[in-house]
Amino acid sequence: MDRAEIDRRIRTLIEPFNKNGVTITDDTTFQGDLEFDSLTVMDFVAAIEDEFDIIISMNQQAEIETYGQLVDAVKKLVDAE
Amino acid sequence: MSEGISQPDQPVEREGRGKGDLFAKFDELIQMREGLLASGVEDPFNLVMEKVLSPTRAICNGRETILLGTYNYMGMTFDPDVIEAGKQALEEFGSGTTGSRVLNGTYQGHKECEDALKEFYGMDHAMVFSTGYQANLGIISTIAGKGDYVVLDIDSHASIYDGCAMGRAEIVPFRHNDIEALEKRLKRIPAEAGKLVVLEGVYSMLGDVAPLKEMVRISKEAGAMVLVDEAHSMGFIGEHGRGVAEDQGVLDDVDFVIGTFSKSVGTVGGFCVSNHPDFEIMRLVCRPYVFTASLPPSVVATAATSIRKLMHGSNKRAHLWENSKRLHGGLKDLGFQLGTDEPQSAIVAVIMPDLTRGAQMWEALLKEGLYVNLARPPATPANMTLLRCSLCAEHSEEEVSTILGMFERAGKAVGII
Repeated sequence: MDRAEIDRRIRTLIEPFNKNGVTITDDTTFQGDLEFDSLTVMDFVAAIEDEFDIIISMNQQAEIETYGQLVDAVKKLVDAE
Repeated sequence: MSEGISQPDQPVEREGRGKGDLFAKFDELIQMREGLLASGVEDPFNLVMEKVLSPTRAICNGRETILLGTYNYMGMTFDPDVIEAGKQALEEFGSGTTGSRVLNGTYQGHKECEDALKEFYGMDHAMVFSTGYQANLGIISTIAGKGDYVVLDIDSHASIYDGCAMGRAEIVPFRHNDIEALEKRLKRIPAEAGKLVVLEGVYSMLGDVAPLKEMVRISKEAGAMVLVDEAHSMGFIGEHGRGVAEDQGVLDDVDFVIGTFSKSVGTVGGFCVSNHPDFEIMRLVCRPYVFTASLPPSVVATAATSIRKLMHGSNKRAHLWENSKRLHGGLKDLGFQLGTDEPQSAIVAVIMPDLTRGAQMWEALLKEGLYVNLARPPATPANMTLLRCSLCAEHSEEEVSTILGMFERAGKAVGII
């Protein structure tokens, strides 16, 4: 799966969590720009995990601050499958 | 995205904070606390019990108060046999061991306490730690290392998360009590990786019970080891008071049970019991067991006596269930929103609309002469503010009625009901 396809799918998944309709770029931060709290993070991560059939552990989540980093991390996990 | 980071986006610098002051990271919390106290409420996190009259009564901030937030489920803290055992050990063995369990800190009393636990749970091995926190920290960090996966409920206790972090295992949380979410995650973990599933019998914030029967089965089918923390169920839930795993008939499939002496047992300390044939090696490799002083002789003597008495506590257990049902039903009838639809444990959580009114309600109850726990984010699930009530087998029927009257008056005064 190429990066553009992963980006497209995650953009669809993030919609219900993007309550303030923030314009999403690779530099958008989850905590600052999107104001995700820990519960939102859990639900959003679960949606991505189900979509791609992967696991993003909390240790990996801690390294991800921006949308772009998330897409890269998912690509890496999907490629490793 | 980590929930471990709690700094605001734009840190609020406190005036007069010197450059390089590492306390700057607490500024948001300091301001929240100051804001709460400025509204004039008594500090909910700075209560002093000047005198303790019984397991259910104390003098708090100068008032005689009914205790409804102590986790003293079985009321063992003033049991005459327990106190006598403690006094005798204090006189015969002294005030402390001044040493680690693996050096000079294992006395006869520590062995007797572990024997009592083995008998209580019907298990081959028991290991006593200095606190319940250290039991989770020690066992989880030692058995789940780098490259292993710990699959846990998102609402797990801090000691479980800290154990995962210390062992550097991969942490995979799943939605609270969601069997399907657990199953999906177990299937996605690489087959060859080591797996530990960590569950709690009773979750302390809402007082709800885990579906251990299904979760333990799914975990074993996936080849995972299972650890269950029964801190809030020991002595009360299950035919012999062994906890939720016993109650749901899956105790034999649980690899490790973690527990504490600071709730039903009525003193302080933690433990792990297991049937694993090599369990004793833990005593040499578990750092929170090795590198700390052992419990004082009086503490292990009170614990051992209390554990043995809890084996025969079925009448007290029945009365505690009656109390839990009476309080739960009464609060529901008054119109309070509760953490569970039915009483599932000795914890009844009353959900507050927000922290401000939660603190006002807490204070109104204290002035009525009732102590409950105020639980607030981030310790609570879904950022709820809770008034957590934990019942005791020594609460009388009349006391529960008195408590309901206090809740009614306070709830109306604060405008919650």
